[in-house]
Amino acid sequence: MTAPAPFALLAELTHRCPLACPYCSNPLELDRKADELATADWIRVFEQAAALGILQLHLSGGEPAARHDLVELVAAAAQLGLYTNLITSGIGLDKARLSELAQAGLDHVQLSVQDVGAANADRIAGLRGSHQRKRDFAAWVIDAGLPLTVNAVLHRGNIASMSALVDEVIAMGAGRVELAHAQYYGWAARNREALMPDLADALAAREQLPALRERTARDITIDYVPPDHFARYPKPCMNGWGRQSLNVTPRGLVLPCHAAQSIPGLSFWSVREHALDEIWHGSPAFAAFRGTDWMVEPCRSCDRREIDFGGCRCQAMALTGDARNTDPVCVLSPFHDRVEQLTTAPRHDSYVMRGRPPRTPDRTLSPPERDDADDVEAQRPAPAR
Amino acid sequence: MITADSRPKLARGVRLQIDRVRGGFNLLAPEHVLRVNASSAAILELCDGQRSLADIVDVLASRYAVDRGRIEREASALIDDLVTRRLVERP
Repeated sequence: MTAPAPFALLAELTHRCPLACPYCSNPLELDRKADELATADWIRVFEQAAALGILQLHLSGGEPAARHDLVELVAAAAQLGLYTNLITSGIGLDKARLSELAQAGLDHVQLSVQDVGAANADRIAGLRGSHQRKRDFAAWVIDAGLPLTVNAVLHRGNIASMSALVDEVIAMGAGRVELAHAQYYGWAARNREALMPDLADALAAREQLPALRERTARDITIDYVPPDHFARYPKPCMNGWGRQSLNVTPRGLVLPCHAAQSIPGLSFWSVREHALDEIWHGSPAFAAFRGTDWMVEPCRSCDRREIDFGGCRCQAMALTGDARNTDPVCVLSPFHDRVEQLTTAPRHDSYVMRGRPPRTPDRTLSPPERDDADDVEAQRPAPAR
Repeated sequence: MITADSRPKLARGVRLQIDRVRGGFNLLAPEHVLRVNASSAAILELCDGQRSLADIVDVLASRYAVDRGRIEREASALIDDLVTRRLVERP
């Protein structure tokens, strides 16, 4: 089938990151710096993306600021008319470099924040001093005249402070906040019992939301991503596979979604060997779950098949062993009991931190500031497998 | 509601851009793309924070052979809608 032009491209510039968040959705096996695409590769991808119809370019990672060519990449993308969004931890970008990014034509900054209080935020991020650094960074973003969105991943470790978190984000000067419940892909699946809120807390957050929106309506837009495990029907993952967006990994593989590599048997084409439009229209991985022909029951004959597209293929894979199955979050799924087992499983509060042994929140952000994201990877022990 | 002396402008982080692949225009905003037709684009490219709604209607009325009242209704409805969606500000 012919696919309409995609709107958004997530460029995962690097997997290097100064933080060690337990909810990280990047794969267990990270791409190494030596395997990352070169500057010219990325610029070629951006050119091909603009020609293909991409409008929004999300520069992500890892921490994209770990790339020394970030300013050059933003300038190239901006010249192509792409709407450039920098998704950052705020660590590893000083005020001068941020100002260079603004000059280069960066459109928007999305900053991650872990919690409202520095102690718990730093515990979650696995980096002491990170929360204060994010506050400073937010002020620089506002000074640079750039619009700011804060993204906070919600989970059992911070869900009680949702309302205070929104106040903190307003104080940071952001015009928009994404409150996104943790999803259990990549590294995050290892921490499911430490991340998933109790049902009562998830319901309380949802009930609190309308009043929170009303109270803060003059100051901020709240985008809320509900916890899908507690929902009746699955999320319309990616608004449909291969329908609106694509991801490029640090080493250049093009994926229909961030977690698609967790589905065995899909072969992903690389931008090193294929043009982006060829991949979008012709690669078997994009064709695999495009449209509705691949569906099995109960999706196949379901009235909602073009509403939620059967939910998430990666979740179907992880929980049922077959990516074609209905996302088991759906109450109509014959495997829905597996989701219920997860939502009723005993919880705990001990994280397996990304890239470090459990329960050693001992790294400190050391002054003076330095662009040290390159070095961080080397200092950190290999992830526990 | 917008009034004749409001001076609307695109919100920070929002821009209007021609779409060379699909045709038409897009309002590009954080995590959001709104497809707009040519007549909406003609209104929005005049929303610069300097011109009042009355100025905008004057420009469009002189440019197109369309009744001024109809242009004003169309422009007001569009701007009010986009203010609600926080894509346009009327300081």
